[in-house]
This record gives sequence, structure tokens and C-alpha cells, in this order.
Amino acid sequence: MKKLIVSPAPHIHGKDSTRSLMRDVIIALTPSLLVSIYYFGFSAIKLALVGAISCVLVEYVIEKYIMKSKVTVTDYSAALTGLLLALNLPPNSPWWIVMIGAIVSIGVAKMTFGGLGQNLFNPALVGRVFLLVSFPVIMTDWSIPTSWFREGIDASTGATALGIVKEGLAKGMTLNEIFAQNNFTYSQMLFSKIGGSVGEVSSFALLLGLVYMLIRRVIRPHIPVTIIATVMIMTGIFWLIDPSKYADPIFNILTGGILMGAIFMATDYVTSPMSTKGMVLYGIGIGVITVLIRYFGAYPEGISFAILIMNATVPLINMYFKPARFGKEVKNG
Amino acid sequence: MSKTFSLGGIHPNDNKISANAAIEEFPLVDTAFVALNQHLGAPAEPVVAKGDKVLAGQLIAKASGFISANIHSPVSGTVSAVEFLPDMAGNAVQHVVISVEGDEWLPSIDRSPVIVKDIKLSSEEIIAKIAEMGIVGLGGAAFPTHIKLSPPPGKKAEFLIVNGAECEPYLTSDYRIMIEMPEQILIGVKLMMKALKVDKAYVGIEENKPVAIKKMKEIAAASYPEIKIVSLKKRYPQGGEKQLIDAIIKRRVPSMGLPIDVGAVVQNVGTALAVYEAVQKNKPLVDGIVTVTGSCMKEQRNFRLRVGTTFDKIMFAIGGFPKDAVKLISGGPMMGKAVSRTEASSTKSTSALLLLTEEETKRGEESNCIRCAKCVDACPMGLEPYLLNRLSRQGKTAELEENMVQDCIECGCCLYSCPANIPLLDTIRYSKAQVIRIMRSRPKK
Repeated sequence: MKKLIVSPAPHIHGKDSTRSLMRDVIIALTPSLLVSIYYFGFSAIKLALVGAISCVLVEYVIEKYIMKSKVTVTDYSAALTGLLLALNLPPNSPWWIVMIGAIVSIGVAKMTFGGLGQNLFNPALVGRVFLLVSFPVIMTDWSIPTSWFREGIDASTGATALGIVKEGLAKGMTLNEIFAQNNFTYSQMLFSKIGGSVGEVSSFALLLGLVYMLIRRVIRPHIPVTIIATVMIMTGIFWLIDPSKYADPIFNILTGGILMGAIFMATDYVTSPMSTKGMVLYGIGIGVITVLIRYFGAYPEGISFAILIMNATVPLINMYFKPARFGKEVKNG
Repeated sequence: MSKTFSLGGIHPNDNKISANAAIEEFPLVDTAFVALNQHLGAPAEPVVAKGDKVLAGQLIAKASGFISANIHSPVSGTVSAVEFLPDMAGNAVQHVVISVEGDEWLPSIDRSPVIVKDIKLSSEEIIAKIAEMGIVGLGGAAFPTHIKLSPPPGKKAEFLIVNGAECEPYLTSDYRIMIEMPEQILIGVKLMMKALKVDKAYVGIEENKPVAIKKMKEIAAASYPEIKIVSLKKRYPQGGEKQLIDAIIKRRVPSMGLPIDVGAVVQNVGTALAVYEAVQKNKPLVDGIVTVTGSCMKEQRNFRLRVGTTFDKIMFAIGGFPKDAVKLISGGPMMGKAVSRTEASSTKSTSALLLLTEEETKRGEESNCIRCAKCVDACPMGLEPYLLNRLSRQGKTAELEENMVQDCIECGCCLYSCPANIPLLDTIRYSKAQVIRIMRSRPKK
């Protein structure tokens, strides 16, 4: 008599696994990584490799020797954190700064909470912000390293587009003057780079990653779309009030890591809300805080801080913004 | 435009590999093991004893209690025992065991292929006939049909909704009857409409069955214009009672409510066929269409199978238990039950026997929840399976009730979509039973 397996339904399982989802996000990051290798050469490869390897190592050591638990580095989540961290650093960053970032990202932001799925804040962003406040000079040095592929880069800009604008405005210039002086055009912002982190060279490459993740159903569009829409609406209002002081919405979307943040950082499963309503609220919150920091804060950018601030509200959002129930509407609160 | 339900759902590969196998009569067996709890509710009480001669179609057990159903002999022969035997899950269930001698049917039963179209009986007579013939819902739950067709006082049915969605992967029994016996099904629908005194009926069929939609539409347009054939998107669990009502008439059954609360009664196409045979041909529910399928099988089959046939016999008929199969499921892969004993026998509501290989049915090792919200997106009831799982493991029944665990329809979408292989439905099912027990134990207001 043949022995039969008996277990409760369902008897079949979908193809997604933690590993396949993380792998898909890494694949979605590849276009951006390739563009940055084209622009920054070995420097981009070095940062990405050091980031991914050190994150995996830190997680391995902590799980194996400190937590003495099952080692889960093969789920690619640590590698993804490392890659995201590297892609959010200035292209000229030294290798050791990535390692410090990795230790903070994985060691502090992820493993102290209990590992994958348990952390409150996005590990890569915690790492990045830690580096930003600890090494402000290195973290805002936007000079461009030499590339194998691209000799004699036209402008070795020392600042990001947003930084240039903020500085120019402080000097009393108008936006038109700043744009003309620096040759900012939309196509330049979409396909190449004015200055910024490793992964943000091409907005087009980032959008390609978004499309891939949407097609593969890795993420849903709610978070990136609401962030982008909120930033556009808010900056649009400011722009309409005073176009000589506030840049137009398209410029705001294509610069300062909005796309990187909206597509890859804010959509981190662990640190974003579970329900559609919650996702929309979270996206709006990130958009609003980003614009407030940009226009009224000390930093020219702001999405990193905005995401981290909204990360803190996710447990509350999950508690009060339930999905639409089939049987009846549940009152919020 | 095909219709569909509004929340959640998944799109598993439908694997309808047995779709082209025509229905064949299953060969007579030597012994039939007829369980007496083939329906939801109280088991039937035997009215035969050891040594009695019975004809096929003869009453052998009487409904006992309000929710129960009559059971008739599927074969002719001698009752060799009335005893407790283990069922497919290993529970002790009273069975009537009949040694088969020939194939003699009660003379009152019309077994000719002639289609009887005229409806002569009144509403009450139809319901009485359905009760007498032991018809139960063939969509899975096996709820006695005559009770579903008699709404409680104060509630009025407006629509009859007939489920031909067959959204479970692999199953093709409903598909086969829709293309082989469409007119009989539509007469069955008319009978139920008359019983319910409604003038609107819809038959929902998923668009992965275009031939069935076409055939049913043709016959409905020609002779039964009051029955609308509705094309549905391919999406699981389209055939869930609440989802089907939502898809077709855009009404949502309230939490802990019944379809009748929104004026709907849902029946399966298989049930419609059984109702036709019972009322028009005087034939009790003693057999059913059963898909026997699996990628590990050489040939896919659809049988007309007598109730009480052991799974062993079915495996024998298909050429033996396939080597690669590790799991035998009675029903579909999403909601069917794993069979632990092949000596157990088929019942009225057996719709399929599915054989899965280890590769097909493997559940990966459980890992941490990554809060991807795929379970929340997949839940057709708008619940939060990840949260219910956590609360269930903590035993927090009050919070579970607040988060509406009682609304779970156990469709399995959450567990199917979970990338971390968390046994979401296993824990939720357990808590759901617990919470419903608590809710029912409260004094009524």
C-alpha cells in the first residue's frame, strides 16, 4: 500500500519565494547599475560589490555567531540592501565608507530588530543617513571619477542639480539664470546626469526598473505613483506661485533621488504599509515631507529622511487603515 | 466584457488537461460502500439491514433532522453490512455495504436519454421531490438542496445564480456536463427558478471554457431566454458563493450573512443537472461526474461514477496508482481534501480525484514574513491573513474576531501567494472555527 501525503488545502503553491522577489528587485536595479558603470567606471563596480558583499558578510556573521540562528543570507535580501546602499552613495565614495554603511544597515537597522521582516526602518536608508550625518564632506562630494568608457567628462560638477539650485537661489539668482548657466535640460536629466549618487545617473533606467517590477508583480504601483504625484502637485503649486524661485514639477521629479526613493526605497516590503489605503497615505506623507525638507529644510534633497520618518508611522497605519473588507466597511479607528 | 469579483483573487495555472475527455460510464463494482454522512448536517438513518435485497435507486437511509438528506442505493444487490468504517480522512462513519448483483433499477426511474422539457410540478412539489431524491449541493459543501431552495420566513429570493465557473484548477466535470448535457442543466435551472419563485437566473461560466459558454448561450437563447449566461474572467475563487454573487449582480453578502440576505440563491451546474434528473426523470442522486486527473497520469478521464465506489477501484480503472504521485486529493488543488486511505469511497459531492507529484504539491520551508502584503492583496474577503496568522498563534480570539477571521472562506489564496511559505490558512482555519464557536455561544440579542 502506497503511503500518501496528507495535509490541509491548498495543495499547490504559487511560484513566488522571498528569494525570487529579492532577485527580481536586484534585476530591476541592473539597468541603473549598468548606466552608472558606464558613467563612473570601476568606481561604481567597486561600490556595488563592496556593498553587497559586506552586507551579506555582516548578516552571516551575526546570524551564525551572535544570534546562533539559521543563516538566511541566500535569500538575497542582504545583497539587495548592500546594492541599494552603494547606489545611494556619491560615485567617488571610498570603499571603507560602504563597509561602515553595511555594518549600520544590517547590523543596526536590520539584525537588532530580529532580521528580515522585523525591522522598522529601511536598512539601506538608515545606513545612508548614518553616513550622511557622520561623513558630511565625503557624502556631498559629487565629483565624478574617471570612467573607462567615457573619456573627458564635460563637467565635473561639484554638486547635485538640487544643490546647485539651492545655492544659486541663495546667491539671489533666478531659476532661469541657474538653468541656463548649468545647461539643465529634461533629456539630460532623464538619460544622463548632472551630479548625484551612483544609482541615479539615469531616470530612464530607474523607470525601466519600475516597469519590470510592476510587470513581474513584485510591487504594486500605489506607493511610487502617490509619491511622484504628491511631489509634482506640491512643487507645482509652489512653481505656480513663483516660477523664478521654485523649479517646475518635472525638474523636481527627475532630480534629488525622488525616483530612486519612490521606486526602490519606499517600496521596501518590510517597512511599508500592508493595505492599499495605507500605501496611498504613506506615499502622500513621503511626498509632502520631501517637498517640505527641500524648500524649508537645511538639506537640498529630502526623500531619505521623508521615507525614514514615514517608516516610523507604518505600524500605526497598519493598525488604523485596514483593507476594504468584503463583508462590511470597517470604520477606521 | 467578462465580469469578475471585486477584491483579491489569484490566477493559478488552470491545468484543465482532462477537458477533452468525454464522460464515460464507470464499470460496475462488486461492492459499494455507501457512507451515510455524504451531506452537511446530521447523518442519514439506515432503513435497510444486513441481508436485504435492494434495487439501484432504492432508499437505504432516511434524512434525520432538519439539515440532512436521503440516501439511495447506487447499485442493485444484497446489503452485506451496516457498519462503521473509516472514511477518507480516517473518521468512523456509518456505511451501508452492498454486494452488487446485476444492475437492476427501480422501475419508477426513467433512464432513457429522452429530454423531458415539460415542467408539471408546482413549486412545493419540486422542493419535495428534490428532498425525496436526496439532492445536495455539488459545488463542494454538499448542503441539502431542498433547504437552500426554501428561504427562511421573511427572506425573499430575487435571483438564482448558477455556478459554472469551475475556477479550481484541474477540475473539468462541470465543463463536461455543460457541453454534453446543456439542455438538461438549463431545465434544472428552470425547475429551481420555479421552486424559488424567481424570474431571473444567471449561469456564470469562466471564459477559459468558450465552448461551454457558446453551447449554453445557444440553447438558452433558443428555449430559455429568462436564463442569462454570463461570461466571467478566469480568476480564482470566482466560484466562491459570495464572489460569484458579487461578480454577477454586484451585491455583497454581509459578514456572517447568507446569499439570501442580498436576495440571491447560488447553486452549482452539477446540482442543476441532478435536480433535472430527480424531478423530470425520477432519479435519486446516486452517481455523479468525477474528473480523474493529474499530470502524472497517462490518460485523463471524466467518469459518471456511482456513489460508494472505492478510490482503489478508481485507481485500478486508470491503470494503477501512478508511480510519481504522492498525494491523492478529493476535489480541486485549492480546496480539495487530501485522501489518507484509498479504501475509502466516493460520495455524492465527489467532483474529482486529483493526483499530484511531490514537485507539484511541495510546500517550501517556512521563513520570516517579509510583509510583502501579497496575502492581503490576494484575500477575496479583504482580510489580512498575515495579521490573522500572528493573532492566531498568540491565541488572541477577541482581536481575531475584530479583524473578521470569521469571514474567511478558506479559499487558500493567502497560502498560495505567500513567498515565505507561512502556513497562513492552517492557523486561520483553526482560529476561525474557534471564533465562530465563541460567537455562536453568545446569547442572542
